[in-house]
Amino acid sequence: MQDFETVEITTDLLIIGAGMAGSGACVEAAHWAKENNVKVTVVDKSAMERSGAVAMGLSAINQYTGENTPADYLSYVRQDLMGLCRDDLVMDIARHVNGSVHMFEGFGLPIWKDSEGNYVHEGRWQLMINGESYKAIVAEAGKNAIGMDNLIERVFVVQLLLDKNDKKKVAGAIGFSVRENQIYVFKFKACIVVAGGAVHVFRPRSTGEGLGRAWYPPWNAGSSSYLTTTAGAEMTSQEVIFIPARFKDGYGPVGAWFLLFKAAATSSTGYNYMAEGLAEGGELHNWPPYGQVKPIPTCLRNHLMMIEMFQKGDGPILMHTDKAIAKIADEAPDEKTKKRKLKELEAEAWEDFLDMTISQAILWASKDVFPEEAPSEIMPSEPYFIGSHSGASGAWVSGPEDLQTEASKSEYFWGYNRMTTVNGLFSAGDGVGNSSHKFSSGSFTEGRIAAKAAVKYCVENPDMPEVDDAEVEKLKEKILIPFKVYEEHTKYTTLGTTNKKYALPVEEVNPNYITPKMAMFRLNKIMDEYVAGWGSQYNCTSITLNIALDLLKLLKEDLNMLAARNLHELLRCWENVHRTQIAEAHTRHKLHREETRWPGYYYRKDFPKMDEEKWGKVFVNSVYDAQKDEFTMLTRPKIEVVDIKEVVGM
Amino acid sequence: MPSFVIDEKCDGCKGGEKTACLYICPNDLMVLDEERMKAYNAEPDMCWECYNCVKICPTQAVEVRGYADFTPLGASVVPMRGTEDIMWTVKFRGGTIKRFKFPIRTTPEGEAKPDGGFGVGPGTLDDQLLFTEPASLRADKLWTLGD
Repeated sequence: MQDFETVEITTDLLIIGAGMAGSGACVEAAHWAKENNVKVTVVDKSAMERSGAVAMGLSAINQYTGENTPADYLSYVRQDLMGLCRDDLVMDIARHVNGSVHMFEGFGLPIWKDSEGNYVHEGRWQLMINGESYKAIVAEAGKNAIGMDNLIERVFVVQLLLDKNDKKKVAGAIGFSVRENQIYVFKFKACIVVAGGAVHVFRPRSTGEGLGRAWYPPWNAGSSSYLTTTAGAEMTSQEVIFIPARFKDGYGPVGAWFLLFKAAATSSTGYNYMAEGLAEGGELHNWPPYGQVKPIPTCLRNHLMMIEMFQKGDGPILMHTDKAIAKIADEAPDEKTKKRKLKELEAEAWEDFLDMTISQAILWASKDVFPEEAPSEIMPSEPYFIGSHSGASGAWVSGPEDLQTEASKSEYFWGYNRMTTVNGLFSAGDGVGNSSHKFSSGSFTEGRIAAKAAVKYCVENPDMPEVDDAEVEKLKEKILIPFKVYEEHTKYTTLGTTNKKYALPVEEVNPNYITPKMAMFRLNKIMDEYVAGWGSQYNCTSITLNIALDLLKLLKEDLNMLAARNLHELLRCWENVHRTQIAEAHTRHKLHREETRWPGYYYRKDFPKMDEEKWGKVFVNSVYDAQKDEFTMLTRPKIEVVDIKEVVGM
Repeated sequence: MPSFVIDEKCDGCKGGEKTACLYICPNDLMVLDEERMKAYNAEPDMCWECYNCVKICPTQAVEVRGYADFTPLGASVVPMRGTEDIMWTVKFRGGTIKRFKFPIRTTPEGEAKPDGGFGVGPGTLDDQLLFTEPASLRADKLWTLGD
């Protein structure tokens, strides 16, 4: 095996991941660090210019509160998540987010304006943007703040290191370069884990070449969750995945069609399932109080769609783009205006795809789809872990001191905003649970909040923690095991010994190891069939969940026999180790919560109803003991910080 | 196949500091054949079709062919990204061609100022104000309970 050099980086604060939350952390940390003589370093497994979930671009900013109060925003989030969110975290982001959006505009992001110079809203909380370069612009501000000398790209962080003398305190991190034979050892006082959500834990709907066409990006491999979980941080709401309903196959966005163009969706025979669901005696009234008022929670919109598709067999679901466009055109006072309006609409509709889901544009072009002529299919996708959207999975963190009641303060506040239950370990964006609906702008904002608090932590805890050198040496070996496994066994088969004509990653069959792609497929199959993926029509029971746990145990054992032929495959090996951790946590959380609270995300068929009395006032949390490989499940109370009298809609 | 590199157009960015598509791909898919100085997408089924390799290629050697398991052949979507805007050419299977041009940024490349133009506010490490606040909020103060 080739030699690996060790690169040691000593800093005060390490930001792990430089997507939207990481970029926000850079911008904010740089300021406070300079004032307080704190050193900040950023590490990203990709190139910061286009890393993270916004790499392709976005067509809208989904959180801008404008003139609404943080409590208004909270009312919408609490409603959408069927009652469960952390009031303090949600309102904290909501009170800062406008400032971040105004800064984006200052960075150079084009935000749509009307003739009077006001932002063009897609809905109450959403702004339309020309967002092709959204990430590049925001990353640029982050880089300008932090300085290029403090940015390390193409290094994948495998695991965090705890203080040798205090296992409740973080002290470092270890990872490897995906471009050179280098192991990276980071030593620091604090870190912010902002390494995204998780994709390809469940089987995607396309499994051929389109395997990569997940709605959320395939490079989000559950690293935030893995790093915080295995460091011993308490995790929350790992059962609350998100299933977006999007244009079929391309997963193109539907927000502009629903909110901006006011399109309606129906079953194939024309049943308006949302209107009928809301009407007296409709399905939504079976899910009080959340089903009875607008806006209809995201999971319940999925639920209604799933009834049409899977129970009534009245699929596919159609988005009536043609009718929506015709209606808008008809409102024009004359032919000339109508023509201009149609041209504008066409550009807006296509930009929506081209900014953020180019595949959908290719798909429409390849099938000669013209949205003004015919409706298009929409479809619920596979489950994703995305704490920033209408899911809630992530770390259990301290909130801000000033947004607490006496009751909430004892449960939700422990010194540093966005710090996990491990000292010095902070998170934001997809890494933080129960602060849903932060999207891109709120993730950036939460990164800022965490960064300021993390710098404060570094100032108030000036002693450098001690990394256990023996542990580092063990981990260095462990990280490279997939190379060793490959070298030891590859010559057992003819495919392993053949002088291959090309270096493409063909799959090798060998009884002594498993390739990272096959490990991922195994994980996908387990999760899809037993843990409520699309293949089981989102259904599970304690029986299927326990089968999954048995299979995951075997998979985890086999992950020790992952094989890698190059650094890229080593990256894939460790990404799948990360994915498997959140898969197990998710399964255990689903098992623990004995009710169906988010129909349309998943159904516990053995507990098909929502149990407001038993489960409506608690979060399901877990703590993982890495030494013993054991989860401890617990619940934490949901404490309402403000009284919501009326839900403020979309 | 998702993104692919046209052999005759790719020179591996031999004149530059780094091979652009290898530098930018968020999923580490692009590989450079150093003998031939040609890049290729080594793991097309993990491609998100994010187009960053297409947009960044200095010789327009990278294109995308839609995922073969659900996209009929014959269409193409080709961007031309400048410093201020992006021009898209959408070619349909049936021959229709549509062109769209959208702005991408309002400031010169490289000049995004971290404070967004709002300057440094009065906050300290012990309060709740982020460093640009309250100016960046365009409000007098930061909201808290009771407001």
